[in-house]
Amino acid sequence: MTGSRDAGAPAVELAGIAIAFTLSDRSTYRAVQGIDLQVAPGEFVAIVGPTGCGKSTLLNAAAGLLQPSAGAVRIFGTQLAGLNRRAGYLFQQDALMPWKTALDNVAVALEPAGVGRGEARTRARDWLGRVGLRGFADRYPHMLSGGQRKRVALAQMLIRDPEILLMDEPFGPLDAQTRQIMGNLLLDLWAADRKAVLFVTHDLEEAIALADRVIVMSAGPAAGLVGDYPVPLARPRDIAEIRLDPEFHAIHRSIWGSLRAEVQRAYVQGEAAP
Amino acid sequence: MNRAVLLALQFLVALAFLVLWHVLTTVPIGGRKLLDPFFFSTPLDVLARTWKDLAGGELWRHLGITLLETVLAFATGATGGILLGFAFARRAMLAAVFDPYVKAANALPRVVLAPIFALWFGLGIWSKVALGFTLVFFIVFFNVYQGVREVSPTVLANARMLGMNERQLMRHVYWPAALTWMFSSLHTSVGFALVGAVVGEYLGSAGGLGYKIQQAESVFDVTGVFSGMLVLTVFVILLDAVVTAIEKRLLVWRPAPVTATS
Repeated sequence: MTGSRDAGAPAVELAGIAIAFTLSDRSTYRAVQGIDLQVAPGEFVAIVGPTGCGKSTLLNAAAGLLQPSAGAVRIFGTQLAGLNRRAGYLFQQDALMPWKTALDNVAVALEPAGVGRGEARTRARDWLGRVGLRGFADRYPHMLSGGQRKRVALAQMLIRDPEILLMDEPFGPLDAQTRQIMGNLLLDLWAADRKAVLFVTHDLEEAIALADRVIVMSAGPAAGLVGDYPVPLARPRDIAEIRLDPEFHAIHRSIWGSLRAEVQRAYVQGEAAP
Repeated sequence: MNRAVLLALQFLVALAFLVLWHVLTTVPIGGRKLLDPFFFSTPLDVLARTWKDLAGGELWRHLGITLLETVLAFATGATGGILLGFAFARRAMLAAVFDPYVKAANALPRVVLAPIFALWFGLGIWSKVALGFTLVFFIVFFNVYQGVREVSPTVLANARMLGMNERQLMRHVYWPAALTWMFSSLHTSVGFALVGAVVGEYLGSAGGLGYKIQQAESVFDVTGVFSGMLVLTVFVILLDAVVTAIEKRLLVWRPAPVTATS
């Protein structure tokens, strides 16, 4: 998984990205427009924005799941063609193969790299331990809770050791307590070997607690980036405790100022739409 | 409801039916039997005949033939359905071109094909296998087609992001998804394989349960017909139990269906 790492190049670079969809009535919907964004190697960047602003669309472009209609996606300085092989993706919805046990779901992630079945299972067992699921190896996804399924998905993504982590509101469907636990787990695992992270969420508190930088997106259509805020909070962090930090509040206040306007705009548009 | 009580009630229904049948065909009411045993036989006669046939050994040969035809029809029909279902689901062009023909072929009542198959494949087992094939094929085909096309886009995108190539996607995503749909229709398709075999035998053959029933019918041997039906019913129930066992084994990953408790 080690490509020619261009020393100075950002891990992810979106340059002048626009993404448009053709709707069923043949009209064109411009989701996002004029996006310039760079994620440095080892940097944890969170994107926040109102619902439906195209955050996930942007992430899919970085993953190569979606072709931007204009602009370029560069990964470590190389133009992205096809799927982003150097990235791991954590989806909001359940993405595990329901017909495989937790262990097999994690182990199968090593198959494309040509790792033998025996070794893959040994390493998968180790990873299940790291995400706190020792003893759940033989459970099928439907026998696991939402939080446990996310842990399996996390192990599945990380076992491949990707250089970039793309996460699309991964903890969105979970309850508040589980989200905090998962957030801390993610930070612990990330701290071990800081990979570049692009984390999409609509929860500003989660974004600040996790990230080095918070990007604010405007309401769609033709959404763009309207703010870029550094989060100079010390690491290691505890997601639950850091929310009580006065500095956290100061950062939250300054970002919320620009996010609130966008959320209200999205809300008004949502009300106006049929 | 208690399982034992349920079983007892279910048994009671069968018993009541048999008693009613017995009384109406053997006990004169108002000077005459309400049902003529010539047309309706009697339960005891049917049981006696079945027992005699089973002990005689001849019936087992017929059962064997029907079972062989059923298994062959299912195996060939399922294989064909899976292959074509996959091909159509993965090649939209192919599906679009052949769509009206598949629909037309499926709309045809299969019984009218039986004489044609008898001409083509003779009166042996293969004309019955062919008839069963035409029934099983479409059920499996439509289910596999649906199964492959309705794979969760998230599961698919995730598998692709894990770096899987087309062959690995086939093995880890498409195939298990299609299998699920196929198994959900397994009871139906095995049933249809048997229907194909028995109807084929009935319409022209020299062996099998359908042949036996047809033989009895042609000499107004109602007891023989009912006895054949009884054997057929037990046979289907046993076959269905085998299918259920296979299904349970292969689809362990599926959540158990939610059953309401009273």
